[in-house]
Amino acid sequence: MTEVFRKKKRYFILLFLVGGLIIYTAFLVVPILHSMFYSLFGGPGIVPKEFVGFQNYIQLFTQNPYKERFFGAFGNTIKFFLIVTFFQNVIGFFIAVLVTRKFIGNTFFRRISFLPTTLSVLVAGFLFTLILNPIWGIFDKFLEAIGLGFLVRPWLGTPSIALVVIAIVTSWQYLGTSIIFYTAGIDAIDSEILDAAKIDGAGPLAEIRYIIFPLILPIIGIVTILIFIGDFTQFDIVYAMTSPYANPQYGTDLFGSLFYRAAFFPIGRGGWGMGMGATVATIIFFIVTIGVLLLLFAFRMKGIARKKEGIE
Amino acid sequence: MIKFKNGTVRTLLYVILIIYSMSIFYPIFLMIITSLKENREIFTRPYSLPQSFNLDSYMYLFKISNYLIYFRNSIIITLTSLLIILALSSLISYVLAKYRFIGSRFLYFYFIAGLIIPIKLGTIGIIKIMLGLHVFDTLVALIIVYVAMGIPFGVFILTDFIRLIPEELSNSARIDGCSEPEIFFRIILPLIRPALAAVAIINFIPIWNDFWFPLLLVRTDNVKTIPLATALLYGQYETNFGLIFSVLVAASLPVIIFYLIMSRQFIKGLSSGALKG
Repeated sequence: MTEVFRKKKRYFILLFLVGGLIIYTAFLVVPILHSMFYSLFGGPGIVPKEFVGFQNYIQLFTQNPYKERFFGAFGNTIKFFLIVTFFQNVIGFFIAVLVTRKFIGNTFFRRISFLPTTLSVLVAGFLFTLILNPIWGIFDKFLEAIGLGFLVRPWLGTPSIALVVIAIVTSWQYLGTSIIFYTAGIDAIDSEILDAAKIDGAGPLAEIRYIIFPLILPIIGIVTILIFIGDFTQFDIVYAMTSPYANPQYGTDLFGSLFYRAAFFPIGRGGWGMGMGATVATIIFFIVTIGVLLLLFAFRMKGIARKKEGIE
Repeated sequence: MIKFKNGTVRTLLYVILIIYSMSIFYPIFLMIITSLKENREIFTRPYSLPQSFNLDSYMYLFKISNYLIYFRNSIIITLTSLLIILALSSLISYVLAKYRFIGSRFLYFYFIAGLIIPIKLGTIGIIKIMLGLHVFDTLVALIIVYVAMGIPFGVFILTDFIRLIPEELSNSARIDGCSEPEIFFRIILPLIRPALAAVAIINFIPIWNDFWFPLLLVRTDNVKTIPLATALLYGQYETNFGLIFSVLVAASLPVIIFYLIMSRQFIKGLSSGALKG
């Protein structure tokens, strides 16, 4: 019966699609393709006009300073991603398990956890830069007061530490998102399954290990993918805490800040011209796409493996 | 659910969660009290409450910048983009969820692919298009970018949601003489309100807080948004602690208050987003 209706007046389908299709295509898809196309151009000046084929890619991977900066940012981005993923997944999961218990105030803690996410990365970054500022010294004095004064150091002045610091601030800010995602997943678990487990004598740890964890594994996958996409283009936290030059000595340079400088800074002050900027964008795009596909694959495989275990 | 009968376990639970909440509250609290102190007091008594509520730095902030204009710009941009995202993605989702036509499956995946495409990476092209359309350095440029950025998620959530609406509802409307667009506006749209709310809420924060696109698409003071103004003021007055803290509070307090009022809706929206994925 519906077929009859469906055949009538289908022009409206086009009408419904056209607005979104145009905006999405013109301002999201085309610009990405544009970068790929533009990455084949080079020459002197900010706006390259000369077709150079894959020259930009060859330079990026083999010549300094391109090579050094690119692989530096690649390594930092991976470290940054791993630290953030650890905090958001491990601590996020742990707190989500806690706030889904029945106790007075559990909704309060849930709501509070998301509060930092509402701040912009920029505000969080500036705020913690000030807190760690040795002139004001509020964090250093606190450490001294609790007897940990020996830990005090230039937090944002040492390359290896600064990267960890900006990753922790990012985690502080986004931990709420993973907590909300995981609590949603845990709340959606059928209470019958949990009751059955309890009858079988499963303690809290067994419940977490064999029921909660496998059942929310798909959500852990989503959170990890979201972190991955966010971190591989993260820029704001670097801008706020260690400047677009990713001080000290590019120790906090991430793909986002590298792309920003390469494409939009004047040549000689960190800029590489738009052709090279487009090359960097294209490489990041492929890394993100491949990474997401691998993560999707990994989490799907794991999910299936878990299901099989469950059947056995 | 596990119930904690054991008192010590329960105490431990509270201790952990209270420490966690302190790690959230204290930096925000510190930011607010510091913004109310006099410049000297910020250094001499950093941890204590302000001796008097000193609003001087806020006065100064409003004097040296057009803060109300930045605030207005952020509101216009966020609301307009959210409305357009909801309108366009609900229209798309209705068609993709309820009609089969050549390429309909492809179109669905085409839109969903946007979920994993970081739009930032297309910025060079976006700047060129905006210059070509003569909207570079206007609010319109930012709105268009955010709409493009928000559509994939909108389509993702709404298509799923509309699919669950039973076809019988549409069919009885058809028998009553409704045209297909009328079915969308009269039957479907009222039913998907919760999903629309979820889409709006999930898109709200990234749009309101976006710094990247204002940084690259805005030059004029009248077009600045709050995040861009925050960054520029911070860079300019880095050593004036009183002012800087009031800049940070001015940037975050409206959202914090909005969140505290709407936190139930936020969490509901985010949770439904999490489970759809």
